[in-house]
Amino acid sequence: MTEAIKKQRPQFRNINAFKDLTTYRLPAAGWVSILHRASGVVMFLLLPFVIWLFDTSVSSEISFTKFSSAFVIGVGFLPAWFIKLVVLALIWSFLHHLFAGIRHLYMDTHHAVDKNFGRTSAWTTLGLSWALTILLAAKLFGLY
Amino acid sequence: MSVNFGSKRIVVGAHYGLRDWLAQRVTALLMALFTVLVILQVVLTKGSIGYDTWSGIFSTQWMKSLTFAVIISLAYHAWVGMRDIWMDYVQAVAVRLLLQVFTLVWLVSCSGWAIQVIWRL
Repeated sequence: MTEAIKKQRPQFRNINAFKDLTTYRLPAAGWVSILHRASGVVMFLLLPFVIWLFDTSVSSEISFTKFSSAFVIGVGFLPAWFIKLVVLALIWSFLHHLFAGIRHLYMDTHHAVDKNFGRTSAWTTLGLSWALTILLAAKLFGLY
Repeated sequence: MSVNFGSKRIVVGAHYGLRDWLAQRVTALLMALFTVLVILQVVLTKGSIGYDTWSGIFSTQWMKSLTFAVIISLAYHAWVGMRDIWMDYVQAVAVRLLLQVFTLVWLVSCSGWAIQVIWRL
């Protein structure tokens, strides 16, 4: 009887980021979840940049000009396209984090959430955040 | 009551987890509503947004106070989230402590700067 218990079962320790993680097939809800984390970290790390944007945009007329020109000629050694890319990363992070957060709150307050709702709401979260990001990216890079 | 001191003390577990969990959701709601409020003010402005309209949004005393509350909320919210991440992925206690201290210093410093910006207006 003990022989049956001793049967080797696969162990998942020291998961390799390149060999193992890439073989995982995450459902949509899984993507929403890990991206919720990733977007949070992005915004956490870029917090000083966000405050710099806020500071230069509200403090004075002169600083507002500096803020605007950061998106046209850049600031310091950073070119405008780089500033725009970082801002775009922030836009996506914020949108994803917001929609995933709303989904989270909704599921927290509605105790019985079925599998189907989990799927569709996850796809909605991903779709909405990407659609709005693309729309704002077009605006940011002056397509309209 | 179970023993909760010395080598039997509870280092992780009940109660403060619930408090942080709830705080993370309450602060999230506040920040989401604040976002809607700011976006509405920008969208409802006629014509292009210049310096005056933009800084005008944040110049009233009630908006400064509300922004202050949002900054504190953001710091608390981010602290709970980052702490969760360090607890999940960083097993070495010394490294985790270091990262948690860094997170706190980072968030408190950023909050100080942001608060200075609103009350300099």
